[in-house]
Amino acid sequence: MSVRWWNKPLFWPLAVFGLLLLLNLIFKPEFFAIRYQNGHLYGSLIDILNFGSPLAIVAIGMTLVIATRGIDLSVGSLVAISGAMACLTISRGDDQHALSLVLTAVLLALLVSIALGLWNGLLVAGAGIQPIIATLILMVAGRGIAQLITSGQIITVTSKPYNFIGAGWLMTLPFSVYLAAAVFLFAAWMTRKTSLGMFIEAIGCNPTASRLAGIRSRSILLAVYMFCALCAGIAGLITSSNVSSADGNNAGLWIELDAILAVVIGGTSLSGGRFSLTGTLAGALLIQTLTTTIYMLGVPPEITLVVKAFVVLAVCLIQSPSFRRSLTRGIPWSPAASGQEVSRHG
Amino acid sequence: MKTRKIMPILLLAVCLVISACGGGSKNSGTGGGGDNKPASTNASQGSETPNEPTPPAGKKIVLGFAQVGAESGWRTANTESIKEAAAAAGIELKFSDAQQKQENQIKAIRSFIQQKVDVIAFSPVVESGWETVLQEAKEAGIPVILTDRAIDSEDESLYVSFIGSDFVEEGRRAGRWLLEQFKDATEPVNIVELQGTTGSAPAIDRKAGFEEVIKENPNLKIIASQTGDFTRAKGKEVMQSFLQAHKDIDVLYAHNDDMGLGAIQAIEAAGLVPGKDIIIITVDAVRDGMQAAADGKINFIVECNPLLGPQLMDAVKAVVEGKEVPKRIVTEEGTFTSEEAKAALPDRKY
Repeated sequence: MSVRWWNKPLFWPLAVFGLLLLLNLIFKPEFFAIRYQNGHLYGSLIDILNFGSPLAIVAIGMTLVIATRGIDLSVGSLVAISGAMACLTISRGDDQHALSLVLTAVLLALLVSIALGLWNGLLVAGAGIQPIIATLILMVAGRGIAQLITSGQIITVTSKPYNFIGAGWLMTLPFSVYLAAAVFLFAAWMTRKTSLGMFIEAIGCNPTASRLAGIRSRSILLAVYMFCALCAGIAGLITSSNVSSADGNNAGLWIELDAILAVVIGGTSLSGGRFSLTGTLAGALLIQTLTTTIYMLGVPPEITLVVKAFVVLAVCLIQSPSFRRSLTRGIPWSPAASGQEVSRHG
Repeated sequence: MKTRKIMPILLLAVCLVISACGGGSKNSGTGGGGDNKPASTNASQGSETPNEPTPPAGKKIVLGFAQVGAESGWRTANTESIKEAAAAAGIELKFSDAQQKQENQIKAIRSFIQQKVDVIAFSPVVESGWETVLQEAKEAGIPVILTDRAIDSEDESLYVSFIGSDFVEEGRRAGRWLLEQFKDATEPVNIVELQGTTGSAPAIDRKAGFEEVIKENPNLKIIASQTGDFTRAKGKEVMQSFLQAHKDIDVLYAHNDDMGLGAIQAIEAAGLVPGKDIIIITVDAVRDGMQAAADGKINFIVECNPLLGPQLMDAVKAVVEGKEVPKRIVTEEGTFTSEEAKAALPDRKY
């Protein structure tokens, strides 16, 4: 059966994305203004790319975890830990501008992230704890660890090279955009050009069957959780270097929910087995565009969350084929039909 | 079958891990103090020093204090001030860190009631939902003092006093300075506002006080107002959008220093000079904010004083001695222009 264009998973997030841009075009044409300044591009669209890149990176890692029928709630805490670790190392150094110090700090932060990802993976793959519980442990404890690292204070650093990661510019675009692109390309290459992607989907579809078929599901799960943690670590570096400070309490707060949302909007099913990295990227961009649009249009802060919720609800509903059919044909929206659709849709 | 046997053991292990981690983060909560239970040890050490005032009736006053958490530098300074003041006043302090959760705070207050402390003091995490536990304290005959944040209960008999900043007044002070700066302005002055966490008392009150004062001059206009959640990252992100949406911003009013500091970075990224192209007013006066003011990037800071320990201890003593305590004690606070910040910076405690 050929998939019609409106049934392609990427169509609806992109359609809503286009709608948001149209809304801005009508009410705030300044939204599209991009000017060249101090050797780089400057404008709202660039801001969306810049501020959206941490979310996109976290969501890419989350996509792979969700594809294995798992979930990682600890990414927000990892963002905080990674940023805190890097800023602490830099603030302890003699010369904050030394490139070697910054590289050490970055490496250390990423290593800690990977180690914590290994911990998540061991709990899930080794101990067989349900992912939502296993990662909940680090979600709760991680904030504490981050505050322990920062002693409950906001650590401010003045390091120029560190600031470059989140606020620097390379060839007229924010450096963080290149990082997001690199993570995306790496993940896409690993999953689509090697058999890893198929293994991940197999584990998500049926863990027992895939183990019996000879897939080393434990090692793959470990690798997936470590990759997700690494993504969170990179996002943490971007977030903290963007404002040249580490805030153990607030950095990456609730980013796990935004990341899961981006994954779902992008058409990846929470029941695992299928994933779309491009969809996730579109989802992350959609969320950030929505946030920026809300600021630009001057929506009062009291109703910001409600507006967001409505847009998300609209995206989720319109992605459901049975809901669309009930709209067009006026037939009742039966759960049996929707279940059938989901399984066929995959 | 095998997994079924292992599961309870694993669950137990997880519980142990969680409780251990909980301990770890509690440790971080009082991180400024350095050790795990600095409050009681500090206080008891303090009592052994000979040159301190003797507590009334030969018995040491016991104060149970339930802190919000350690969410900011401001809060850490607040905690330190209370611990130091308790030690200096010879009051035994039982300190609890709620990690920004109301249920933890309620638990702490209940345990203070069981331990029969003389006075309970706490900074409520949120405004509502305190009637039951405060009623329990009242029935146990333990007076309660609120610090820093108020509760919205109609029954004022639940607490004896509320010590803390007047957030509305802070907003007014920010507004008055601005009014003075632009008293000769004939053209409209465009103000953008970075609000604190939506619904929090400081955000609501600082906004209200500011608006109340600048109403006097119709040229002063708030053209955009959005929440920055009291954080640098959000402050920067929102300010960046403001700068895209409005070409002619004259003044930024941020409800705390951190959002202001984030916004400064956004202003610099836009190729403007903070403090000159855009006048910046913030509230709090924490160290990084004072530094920015001394550098001329923030034009005016309204202090929100966390050092309310000594005032709290005075009130505790008065309550125990049965003296009348005012229902509302406002902390002593100042304001700083750039020059004043430069002069005051070396002596700042936080």
